[in-house]
Amino acid sequence: MPELRLTVNGDEHRLDAPIGASLAEVLRERLGLTGTKIACNEGHCGACTVQVGGVPVLSCITLAHAVDGDVTTIEGLRDHPLVEAFVRADAVQCGFCTPGQIVSAAALVAAMPEPSAEEIRHAMAGNICRCGTYPKIEEAILHWRD
Amino acid sequence: MARLIRTEKEVEGNFEEVWLVVEEDPLQQWPAGPLDAVGRPAVRKDARERVRGEARYTADIRLPGMLHAAVLRSPYAHARVTSIDLAPALALPGVHGAVGPGEAPGLEQEAGYAGAPVAAVAAETFGQARAALDAIAIEWEQLEAVLDPEEAVERGAVHGEPERYERGDFKRAVAEADVVVQGTYRTQVVLHNSMETHQSVCEWVGDRLDVYTSTQYVWGVRNEVARELGLAPDRVRVVCEYMGGGFGSKNSAGEYTFAAAVLARKTGRPVRCALTRREENTAAGNRNATIQRLTAAARSDGTIVALGGDYVNALGWGGWSASTEGPLKMLYACDNVRTVRHTAKINTPPMKAFRAPGFVEGTFGLECLIDRLAAALDVDPLELRRRNYASSNDGTPFSSKNLQQCYERAEKHWERRHDVRARSDARWKRGVGMASQIWYGGGGPPSYAWARVGSDGRLAVVTAMQDIGTGTRTAMAQIAAEEFGVPLDRVEVMLGDTSRGPFATLSAGSSTTPSMGPAVRAAAADAKRQVIEIAAQRYDLEERVLDIRDGRIVSADGNLSVAVEEFLDLLGNVQILGKGARGPNPAGMSVLTFGVHVVEAAVDVETGEVRVERVAAIHDVGRIINPLGAESQVEGGVIQGIGHTLSEARLMDPETGRILTTTLDAYRMPTIADVPEIMCEFIDEPDPHLTSLGSKGLGEPPIVPIAAAIANAIRDATGADVYELPISREEMLRALREAKERERRGAPAAV
Repeated sequence: MPELRLTVNGDEHRLDAPIGASLAEVLRERLGLTGTKIACNEGHCGACTVQVGGVPVLSCITLAHAVDGDVTTIEGLRDHPLVEAFVRADAVQCGFCTPGQIVSAAALVAAMPEPSAEEIRHAMAGNICRCGTYPKIEEAILHWRD
Repeated sequence: MARLIRTEKEVEGNFEEVWLVVEEDPLQQWPAGPLDAVGRPAVRKDARERVRGEARYTADIRLPGMLHAAVLRSPYAHARVTSIDLAPALALPGVHGAVGPGEAPGLEQEAGYAGAPVAAVAAETFGQARAALDAIAIEWEQLEAVLDPEEAVERGAVHGEPERYERGDFKRAVAEADVVVQGTYRTQVVLHNSMETHQSVCEWVGDRLDVYTSTQYVWGVRNEVARELGLAPDRVRVVCEYMGGGFGSKNSAGEYTFAAAVLARKTGRPVRCALTRREENTAAGNRNATIQRLTAAARSDGTIVALGGDYVNALGWGGWSASTEGPLKMLYACDNVRTVRHTAKINTPPMKAFRAPGFVEGTFGLECLIDRLAAALDVDPLELRRRNYASSNDGTPFSSKNLQQCYERAEKHWERRHDVRARSDARWKRGVGMASQIWYGGGGPPSYAWARVGSDGRLAVVTAMQDIGTGTRTAMAQIAAEEFGVPLDRVEVMLGDTSRGPFATLSAGSSTTPSMGPAVRAAAADAKRQVIEIAAQRYDLEERVLDIRDGRIVSADGNLSVAVEEFLDLLGNVQILGKGARGPNPAGMSVLTFGVHVVEAAVDVETGEVRVERVAAIHDVGRIINPLGAESQVEGGVIQGIGHTLSEARLMDPETGRILTTTLDAYRMPTIADVPEIMCEFIDEPDPHLTSLGSKGLGEPPIVPIAAAIANAIRDATGADVYELPISREEMLRALREAKERERRGAPAAV
């Protein structure tokens, strides 16, 4: 198995991983970072979103060996003000999609600290929430710095 | 005192007569309105760990030595396994065990639908297990498949006898009516698609089985697994502390649990069996399709005199036949009602309960027809609904019903329709529609909770219920805090584990809060009574002058005020143990929830695109425990309902019965970009007859009226009648063409 070098939330990792291993699989199964969820495992739902070099990517369809840049997962964003904003706004029901929502939202507010409702709806449309917490997610992101 | 009663128990609109031991609930209801903890917006107790990705779901359970299982499924809609050889699979690297038909509950020789489970393999990795499935040598005998529900009914391929109901003389009432409208409505198969797929991890510890599973009913899975595997129930421990959505699809154990349990026993290793998303969309349950042939008849003064429905529930190979006719029987005062419900048994994946099963489908047909009746009578649709208000459930009084107040509150939204219509242009037509909601949601006994107070003065509520994402953990904490008299942050709720607490009901049928809330309140009251008993002795005061308020034990004259933890600290490891049980539902009454939705929609008459722009949802579900969480439930139900109405449809190849929409790009659920403005209001009036809490459930009501309200807004905007869900562009354009044709002919809207 070829060697994989990965920087995740500031920590450097060296491990052997098969060529076909997805980033999501490596994060969850090898590094124990289970905050990243796999819900569809084919890039349709956004639950597995992590940032690579600050850009949201779908880790379930990203090959771990092809990652070029520092990876940030929900574990690296636990103290982000968005977390408290989601908690306050009740932007969580079952919570299975929520870590992915936070990762996408963190990339959004990093690029655009005061997004409008329209910009939020555009940037967050790739993160499916079956419970339908969307209005609260929009509210949480609108008021993330309050 | 415990009392043995014979009573009717309701779950998801299904009734059965049972013997029950119930404990009387001597507590008086609290006064209406916000109290200290109850009725005030509360942040979820478990929000932070869920948001931060710390909550451990079944999907995150990793046990030492754990194997992964994959399931072999039938490629045919109807077939029998004539021979199967698992040996080639077992010979592959990493494979530790395999089971075939008959070796685990749920794995059967006869496959009744494409996707039916027949065998399973456990290996070191999921990839190895999947690969091993291909090595299983299997031969099938294909059997005849019935895929069309109406053909199934004609040929007698049904689940049971038709369900018939009649009151009054339907036929005569129709014949004597001034106006009769009829229509055939069709609803599609929709999929739950919880974000966490169906899955279990099973581990044997000696002759005891631990089951970690994504479920809405830990206690039910415990009993089912024990029964199927021949174990004493207490030898099975079922754990589900955090759960990634169910919506009705996770009320029972499922083949994935049994395959994991049996393979774990065979291999001596823990086994995880998790459905893939594609399996989830094939074989994990669905809301069944329906066909509804409906009739409504009225006198010219707007009195509805007859309602009739001929229903087909296209159930698939398994599941149960929900009461699609329920709303038609109960929503309006009508002396003459006749319904018949056929349940087709077709070779498609089994039905499972999905958020108000039957009533979502039935309300679409009924409430669309009522708007057509209003048009035929030239009566305002809101006025017609008020004029035919049911004051009893066919003679049985309601425990409480504030639908009339819902209508009053709907007026301000309804009045916007003139302005909304005026915002139409040549291409986008706008309109406003409404629909009413009726559903169960009263819960019932039995359900139990314990309340434990330690010397730190904190209260732990312990019960084997579960929080499937609806916020019940927080609601229970609010109830316990209110009753015991401590701030909310001094209460923990421990749930989701059958070894941890007493029996608690399933999280389905909008029943968790109305079933568990009174039990939790009773347990907290019992703990409080004991603390006061002890304090009375310590301070030499009468119990009746003592109370606990805001975390302090206080006397009526104000001379005593001591923090609960300060007092209990004296007692060291002493624990106060309170217990509580859910009392009975009111005898001789119908416990139901009510509501109304007013929807503003826009239709692109060129492309058939429909957009929902605004939804006002007004619900009457008794006392609201957590207004913040309640609002989230309503928004979620509305959004899921918009998906059911406009974009979601499970498609099947009509020749082979294979499911075509197995991925989330093919099966289109709403995203944040599809969400309209949603206004949410509650009547928030405790049901005076229902338990010491006066609360009903809210999980399901908000999804019930949304489809009809959208369809009625479309009618208001364009004059077109849609008859099918989802309202695809094709269906919308068909309806527009039909409306145009009708206008051209100058034909009346009613027969």
